[in-house]
Amino acid sequence: MAELNTGDGGGGKGGKVRSKKQNSKVDLTAMVDLAFLLITFFMLTTSLSKPQSMDLSLPDKDPNQKDTKDTKVDENRTMTVMLAGDNKMVYYMGLLATPKVGPKDITYGKNGIRKVLLTQKRAVLAYSTALGKPKNGIIVIIKPTKKSNYRNLVDILDEMAITGVETYAIVPEFSPEETKLVEKK
Amino acid sequence: MAKLKMKKKSTSTDMTAMCDVAFLLLTFFILTATAKVPEALPVDMPSSVAQTKLPDTDLAIITIGKGADGKSKVFFDIKGREIRKRTLEGMGAKLGVNFSEEDKTKFALMDDFGVPLANLKQIIDMKASDRTKANQPGIPMDSLNNQLKDWLLVSRRAAIDIDNKELQIAIKGDAKEEYPQIRKIMDILQDQKINSFNLVTGMRDKNF
Repeated sequence: MAELNTGDGGGGKGGKVRSKKQNSKVDLTAMVDLAFLLITFFMLTTSLSKPQSMDLSLPDKDPNQKDTKDTKVDENRTMTVMLAGDNKMVYYMGLLATPKVGPKDITYGKNGIRKVLLTQKRAVLAYSTALGKPKNGIIVIIKPTKKSNYRNLVDILDEMAITGVETYAIVPEFSPEETKLVEKK
Repeated sequence: MAKLKMKKKSTSTDMTAMCDVAFLLLTFFILTATAKVPEALPVDMPSSVAQTKLPDTDLAIITIGKGADGKSKVFFDIKGREIRKRTLEGMGAKLGVNFSEEDKTKFALMDDFGVPLANLKQIIDMKASDRTKANQPGIPMDSLNNQLKDWLLVSRRAAIDIDNKELQIAIKGDAKEEYPQIRKIMDILQDQKINSFNLVTGMRDKNF
């Protein structure tokens, strides 16, 4: 294929033909070297994978249309997670005045919030099933404080996706008691 | 004689196949390459397990992060040349800044930028390598001069005009950016009734 057969018709003497035969193979080593160099270059300079993205849908916010009907939610189903500074969180179940669980400090990650989320999710599901509404899962209210950063927000949203919590809301409003609880840390 | 010849041949490896493979791969990489452009505002994205990919067209990316001087800056980028052109036209008309046809063509080929509209022409006139060094101040987004809102509005309209599609908005934030800054962007989006958008994230390991 890549061998160049220089014709054998030209020469007449045996010696000349032989030397031509030795040159008939082109040395491809240098070419391969170059090709691999270029491959390496292109591999390193291309961004092969497009960045991922997380879908986030927020509730409609219309200043003119006042929602007079506040949706009543069973406090047994709600879990509030407040994102404090320094990669910490405080969570409690139910109402802050009469919490079912907590308020407790917790960290991000596998052994922190995820365990709690999974346990509470199961507990809420059991509670709802007992009431005859097995479709009512846990509701997580995420409250990011001013000290929390973007990574914290993405992390907690990610935990929602990992643990399969379908109902969650981002509510950056704090009652004075909650502020006290977070500030204390 | 015949045996001796055989031995001589085997001393050099046949590179043909290797060469073929190498060039095949090379062709593949050249064709699929989209050159990495140095970002005007480099950000360290937080990671997530989300798998959704961002689309190539009809997308606006709002980048928010801290610049070299430690201040929070907002940069804006639109994907799609026609939409970019139309958006620049619209912005020029809206805020009374004139852009020539050449400016528009150049702008269509540019990437993200973060300057008030009045200074955009300087950035357009720069060389691509200088733009990243230009220390752009970010797009103004305070209540008096909210150009980010205008950019969003005009680009969305352009996307509908050209592709008859709603422009997707993605927020690409620095992991260390404080929440109030992100909230500000989300509020601007929500003021325009964009309640659904994307957060650009990196990849997380499987066993997170």
